[in-house]
Amino acid sequence: MADPTDKARDEFLSEAQEIVETLSRNLLDLDTSVRAGSADPGLVNEAFRAVHTLKGLAGLFGAGRLGHLSHRLEDLLDDLRLGRMTLAPEVLDVLFSAVDAYARLLAMAREGSDEPVPAVEELLARLDTLAQHAPGKASPSSDYDLDPGLLAVLTEYEEHRLRANLEQKLGLYRLRVEFDLATIDKALEDLKERAKRHGEIITYLPAGEATSPDAIELDLLMASRDDLATLIGSLGADNVVIEELPRRRSVAGSIAPRGTTGRIPQQQGGESAAPVRAGEASLDQGPSLRSLTQTVRVDIRKLDNLMNVVGELAIVRGMLARLAERLRAEGERRTAADLLRLHRSFDRRLAEMQAGILEVRMVPLGQVFERLARVVRQIGREMGKDIRLVITGAETEIDKLIVEELSDPLMHMIRNAIDHGIEAAARRLEVGKPIAGTIALNAYQKGNHVMIEVEDDGRGIDGDAVVEKAVRLGKLSAEDASELGREEILALVFLPGLSTRGTVDDVSGRGVGMDIVKTNIGRLGGIIDVQSEPGIGTKMTITLPITLAIVSALMVDVAGHTFAIPLSTVSEALSLDAGGTRLLDGREVITLRGTTLPLCRLERVLKLTRPPGQPAAHRNYVVVVSLGNRRLGLVLDHLVGQQDIVIKPLGRSLSTVRGFAGATELGDQRVGLVIDAAAIVDEVLAQSEHREAPVHG
Amino acid sequence: MPRILIVEDSASTRAFVRTTLEAESGVPAVEVSEAASGFDALRLLPRGPYDLVISDINMPDINGLELVQFMRKSEQHKNTPILLISTQSSERDRLRGLRLGADGYLAKPFGAAALMNDVARLLSGRGSERDG
Repeated sequence: MADPTDKARDEFLSEAQEIVETLSRNLLDLDTSVRAGSADPGLVNEAFRAVHTLKGLAGLFGAGRLGHLSHRLEDLLDDLRLGRMTLAPEVLDVLFSAVDAYARLLAMAREGSDEPVPAVEELLARLDTLAQHAPGKASPSSDYDLDPGLLAVLTEYEEHRLRANLEQKLGLYRLRVEFDLATIDKALEDLKERAKRHGEIITYLPAGEATSPDAIELDLLMASRDDLATLIGSLGADNVVIEELPRRRSVAGSIAPRGTTGRIPQQQGGESAAPVRAGEASLDQGPSLRSLTQTVRVDIRKLDNLMNVVGELAIVRGMLARLAERLRAEGERRTAADLLRLHRSFDRRLAEMQAGILEVRMVPLGQVFERLARVVRQIGREMGKDIRLVITGAETEIDKLIVEELSDPLMHMIRNAIDHGIEAAARRLEVGKPIAGTIALNAYQKGNHVMIEVEDDGRGIDGDAVVEKAVRLGKLSAEDASELGREEILALVFLPGLSTRGTVDDVSGRGVGMDIVKTNIGRLGGIIDVQSEPGIGTKMTITLPITLAIVSALMVDVAGHTFAIPLSTVSEALSLDAGGTRLLDGREVITLRGTTLPLCRLERVLKLTRPPGQPAAHRNYVVVVSLGNRRLGLVLDHLVGQQDIVIKPLGRSLSTVRGFAGATELGDQRVGLVIDAAAIVDEVLAQSEHREAPVHG
Repeated sequence: MPRILIVEDSASTRAFVRTTLEAESGVPAVEVSEAASGFDALRLLPRGPYDLVISDINMPDINGLELVQFMRKSEQHKNTPILLISTQSSERDRLRGLRLGADGYLAKPFGAAALMNDVARLLSGRGSERDG
């Protein structure tokens, strides 16, 4: 394209991205089929098609490097699909690294860069090596008497599949099927699925116009090890005519069949292969048009803007409520009642709108899980460990922005699990575990949160080793260490610098520790917990809010100011009588159900000045915030109530102030600050560690 | 106003062809319909007649060659000019397409000028590659 507009380029890039994602899924399926014994030719062909389409797109949009890589991959996949090369694990490795190479090229293209990418150059070199070693086995020359008319319409790939099947002495059949045009996609898919049990559908050719303008007849060319009667029994229906094509005879659809023909009454009570009869659907011209325009791509920033508008409407709603309140107080009861009714209706619609926008932002976690499946495979191979990945809940949906940020933390947790968790094969045999280690990735929704578990059946965390290291690094006094319970010990793995292994290795040692994972999850408003049984395994659980756009918050008053504390961090709230606290190591604490809870007076930590005429309350409240296994009680004046808030970033001048995650509008045109509980917990608990150190040291 | 049907599974390629057709064919322009797959094309064809069908070869359901074959067997579409566009720039594919009844073959990547050249030729009813 001579002068691609930005929009066209954006569309090209997102389409390319989608194709790469499809390719990635496809390769994983292919990997599974190779492990099960044989590469599914259909999957190889789909991979070829994906790369082929990318090549075409790259050419049109002047993406040279993308085009070059696609061209080379296309050659490789062409050799594979035409049987000139076998799909060895090394070849599959190269294909998997192509997915990553594409991701980098697309990221560069997005930034408008055309620099060479080392990973891509390396991949091209590997493709060179593969090409040199390709045996170059040509398709066997034709021993079969195939109709030239048929060969003319088969693609090279279809011709190869036909020969491959004939070489295995399979029978050849023609299925003439009448489909309703409106439902052909699904009906054909269903038929193909059922046909799979018996063999392979090599191609389908339109046979010409059918009995009605809304229908079409296709000739399906199928190779099968089963005989005609079996096929008729399994695939036959009102709209399906099956016949056998004698081996050394013409198989062209245009020539009248001489083989046995079977048309039998529909068998399995209205199977979907039977189309809706033409007359029933002909009045509705909708489906065909709709199918062309089912989805639109939307920049997520546009959704953010819409969400901001919803936030502003929520403020209007609050003002309406107060206006109604004021009217009632002034004796305008009827008007007030009318206004309240309007307010309620407005409230409902606004909630629907909010829910609608949120729904659009949701994407299934499967997107990130697929990437992880590739990582598991790769690391497993690097480490020589056999790993089985079990995924549940891939359909669980979460905010698009959260998904983007989840990939790195999850990847690190999985690296850890494979490297530190899963034992070597010999050790596993010794303790009576199956040689293949299992990593389970589970996701599910729980209320307004999404839970993601990464679970392994490895050796579990060695508590003693963790404590020993924490003491050695000076994170903990030996005395304190002796008092820690199992849960507290496990929580130590989230401290900076803690890793139970001494060496920095290629797999999990890339300078990223569980502390970074925890910080990243915290940034998403999430928390992470760990459970581990020695010898049995480790389970890390991430709890995330479903969306970042709207947060349920507890509104509180401190020294005449209103603040919002995100509910995702609040575990409970309780009242605190004056004098209900005691001092422990110079710090104010209370005893809560038998455990000691450190307190922090928000007024002090946020350095608030109490306005004149606002004396400190006799009775305070404590909001217990918990992050992972750390808990802190925030002492404040009043609990105002729960409210859904839209968090807006602080202006640049305030962005360096610690302790606040953002601002939100309170509804009476005042702005409230949103407490960053993670930062306060970090700061307060770190201070107390410093102060306490001399006491023990 | 000439009616053109684009059959192509890649959305950005469809957009490119449409934009080129609309921008380059002057006023009055052409009326462009898009099909995202071979099956979509089969559904749209009865709303014809179209003056030109521009089709990709490599598509997931029925491919461009099969679409050509279908149209040539059909009373309504047997004379509609068909331009195949494909990345498979091998002589074998070109010949296969023309033998089945396509009127032109354009290898991707192609520029706006090459596309418009073929489109103008086929819309004017002059020379199909088949005949010459």
